[in-house]
Amino acid sequence: MNWGSWSAFWEMGGRAFYVWGAYSMAAVCIVLEVVALTLRRRHARRDLKQRIAAEKP
Amino acid sequence: MGSINWFKYSSPQTFYPLAGKMVPWFVAAAVVLAAVGLYISFFVAPTDATQGEVYRVIFIHVGAAWMSMFIYVVMAFWAAIGLSFNARLSSMMASALAPTGALMTFIALWTGAFWGKPTWGTWWVWDARLTSELILLFLYIGFLSLQAAIDDPRRADKAGAVIALVGVVNVPIIYFSVQWWSTLHQGASVSMTANQHMAVTMLWGMLVMALAFWMYSIAAALTRVRSIILERERNADWVRTLPELQT
Repeated sequence: MNWGSWSAFWEMGGRAFYVWGAYSMAAVCIVLEVVALTLRRRHARRDLKQRIAAEKP
Repeated sequence: MGSINWFKYSSPQTFYPLAGKMVPWFVAAAVVLAAVGLYISFFVAPTDATQGEVYRVIFIHVGAAWMSMFIYVVMAFWAAIGLSFNARLSSMMASALAPTGALMTFIALWTGAFWGKPTWGTWWVWDARLTSELILLFLYIGFLSLQAAIDDPRRADKAGAVIALVGVVNVPIIYFSVQWWSTLHQGASVSMTANQHMAVTMLWGMLVMALAFWMYSIAAALTRVRSIILERERNADWVRTLPELQT
């Protein structure tokens, strides 16, 4: 185990800004892509459902 | 060989449900690998003797950088197949990979900057490795904006394929840049020839995280290609009769 305590973990040997700055941007990017993928899929399905419904006699 | 008709899977109609079945498995693999990889990265891998804790950026930096190049090559491959065989699904696959590739490139550049500042004393230098990786980002953005600007999907496919194929020469330049030019960027972290300079647990953390990025990228590209199929094939009978779209 590398860390004596959670606060030591978050401090990252005095490099917290750089380590967490890198990791948090990577996390934000992935979360945003997942949201964008979900919205695109939802939009495509909704659009098709509306078209199908509009064609029904 | 004879029993499987590979051309069957090249039709959007067959690929759409197949991709749908594959996505949850890749998501699960990505989540498990990321959990294990992050645990190794922060709790198993030791503090680096020269860099201290800041080296831990390596665990996301290397995986993202590998994926940024690998996705580009795969994208160019599908674009080329789409262009030469007029295969719709291949071109859709290329379009589905581009945003994820751009994202990986951005993550590689960003994490590189946050690692470079404390170790080199600068966020950015115009050296061969960093500049060629930035060009990769511009190639992805060029591909995406060109396709977005052209209304006819088949023409957009062809135009995108030209950028993808011309740009693919940049990938070996990125990869070998640290050998060809003197650069601030360190050489390959994983090397069969160099004497073992990385702790084994560091290497494992990097590899597991890289695999997590890989599985995530596949899941993202497959999810996106399914949306692209629905958008482009919206007038096809098989789309209209999909069970999931019946209310």
